[in-house]
Amino acid sequence: MKDPAMSVTSSSADLELASRVVAGGAQMGQRRSPGRLGDSLFGAAAWLAAFITLLALAGIIVSLFIGAWPAIQTFGLKFLVTSQWNPVDHVFGGFTMIYGTVLSSLIALLIAVPVSFGIALFLTELSPRWLRRPLATAIELLAAIPSIVFGMWGLLVFSPLFSTYVQTPLQNWFGDVPLLGALFQGPPVGIGLLAAGIILAIMIIPFIASVMRDVFETTPPMLKESAYGVGCTTWEVMRNVVLPYTKTGVIGGIMLGLGRAMGETMAVTFIVGNTSHFNGASLFDAANTITSVLANEFAEASTEHQAALFYLGLVLFFITFLVLGLSKLLLRRLGRFEGSRT
Amino acid sequence: MKILFKSLIAGAALATSAGAFALDVTGAGSSFANPLYSKWADAYQKAGGGRLNYQSVGSGAGIKQILAKTVDFGASDMPLTDEQLAKDGLVQWPTAVGGIVPVVNIEGIKSNELKLNGAALADIYMGKITKWNDPAIAKLNPGAKLPNAQIAVVRRADASGTSFGFTNYLSKVNKEWAEKYKFGTTVDWPVGVGGKGNEGVSAFVQRLPNSIGYVEVAYAKSNNMAMVELQNADGKFVAATDANVKAAAAGADWAKSFYQILTNQPGATAWPITSGTFVLVHKMSDKPEQTDAVLKFFNFGFDKGDAIAEQLQYIPMPDSVKAQIRKEWAGIKTTSGQAVWKN
Repeated sequence: MKDPAMSVTSSSADLELASRVVAGGAQMGQRRSPGRLGDSLFGAAAWLAAFITLLALAGIIVSLFIGAWPAIQTFGLKFLVTSQWNPVDHVFGGFTMIYGTVLSSLIALLIAVPVSFGIALFLTELSPRWLRRPLATAIELLAAIPSIVFGMWGLLVFSPLFSTYVQTPLQNWFGDVPLLGALFQGPPVGIGLLAAGIILAIMIIPFIASVMRDVFETTPPMLKESAYGVGCTTWEVMRNVVLPYTKTGVIGGIMLGLGRAMGETMAVTFIVGNTSHFNGASLFDAANTITSVLANEFAEASTEHQAALFYLGLVLFFITFLVLGLSKLLLRRLGRFEGSRT
Repeated sequence: MKILFKSLIAGAALATSAGAFALDVTGAGSSFANPLYSKWADAYQKAGGGRLNYQSVGSGAGIKQILAKTVDFGASDMPLTDEQLAKDGLVQWPTAVGGIVPVVNIEGIKSNELKLNGAALADIYMGKITKWNDPAIAKLNPGAKLPNAQIAVVRRADASGTSFGFTNYLSKVNKEWAEKYKFGTTVDWPVGVGGKGNEGVSAFVQRLPNSIGYVEVAYAKSNNMAMVELQNADGKFVAATDANVKAAAAGADWAKSFYQILTNQPGATAWPITSGTFVLVHKMSDKPEQTDAVLKFFNFGFDKGDAIAEQLQYIPMPDSVKAQIRKEWAGIKTTSGQAVWKN
């Protein structure tokens, strides 16, 4: 493409691939080739797999829409900005949950991205070779812990500590400061959006870190060695060589983490406080998220209530879609900016 | 060889006939009743009965599934009114009763030391009483040392039969609650932190100083939580003991209808927040063998299951009510109009 580094590496990768194919071909000479039929069968299977994904996606959108239709008819777009959630009188507004979902995910990203970057940087550049494998495995194991464990841990272990050692001092320091103080109002009981965001951060760090590590490792050593050769520091190599080369992958990893944070249910529901009243900007007050209210209320919901929950699900779907779209846009802008520079 | 073969065939025939005799039953609904039905099912199977496949999906889902006829019986913690039953062609009966109790975490206050009445409890849950030394609470507890501290209100986050019983009680004893928030498995809670399940509520109450929550009595007992005494409909302060919960169940007029919400029942010792758990089947059965198997299962539970129920901290139905229930079963008919229940 426009990036000279990219074209160099891609051609070298092509070369490598070609040599591998040649070597493989020599071995395969004895075996029978799969032939035309096998080839077209495989092609058809791949098409089918891709098509089923699209079909499932379309099916989900359609069924969400059908489920949400009664609520869309009754509440319209007002649903997005009103915050009354009254299952008894069948009056529903989803603002509290939408706000909670977006804000808790943002807090999670704010914490998880720098930490994950540090982990990936350490693993690819700084770590002694013997430590790399165990450390990488440990991070991947963290990703395999069931989310309910994070939830219970958050409720029983993390939130008391958080309440005593973080929330109370924060409230003492900033509680009376205008504007900033508004973030730290409410009882410091160790639950709420901030606590949920931190738990989410811990949950998504392994995902973002392992994707970042994988893409950092794809940077051709030649490029890095050259940069080190002209006297760059580790940070400069990271900033000017590795990050530009891997930006698509890095942003992809962050988006994966964000998607996971927005979709996370069990861990959040334990610690977010589950109140459907909008408590202002405070990060300490009980709040709610879309997934949490779905998990809590779906089983017992009446018809109208269920439609409102479907509506929330649809909203979550669109938020995810929007985030994905924005990230694509961001990538394209980054690419254009780069083109003008070279 | 031949003899062996013959006995094998005979054995197989026996096995299939036993299988046909003890039909498997499917049910869905109340998670509150799940431990009870599972234990009953174990005992029933050991006694030669069929298997029970019970999905603990929540009362609302249980009602939906029996209406859609995807299960042989539905189970719900909220009774349906007689009009609803008639409209949907369902029959309903109670299987067990349980108490719900407010629990607190206040320094120096032990179980059954704090006394509240319904009005004060509702005011706490509406955010109108915000401190423990509020005159309304102090008046009920002369001599008790109540802290000048904010009350941390805890409630259920998930929709549940426990919340149904609790809010139903609040709306019976406090007019403002009845008008503003009404009752249901989940309501528009004005204040408080939501914990998921009994365990979520109890975790918050045990952790937050000066908090109040509500859980099933069995749960409060097994976790040694500080329970609150409540003033019942007769004006007496009572503790949430098994005997008092039983008294509430006995005081209900089951003869009139099984639609009994057992909150705020009359009786000197009746515990005011008591709730039953109910089973629903269709009054006209498309699959009489299945319905018959359901009735056999619950008949077994009523005959032999009281000890199991008590072990699990449920209050079994009184014998008079069981007789009533069996009489109700006689009204369940096949599509051709014959009675399903023949005992």
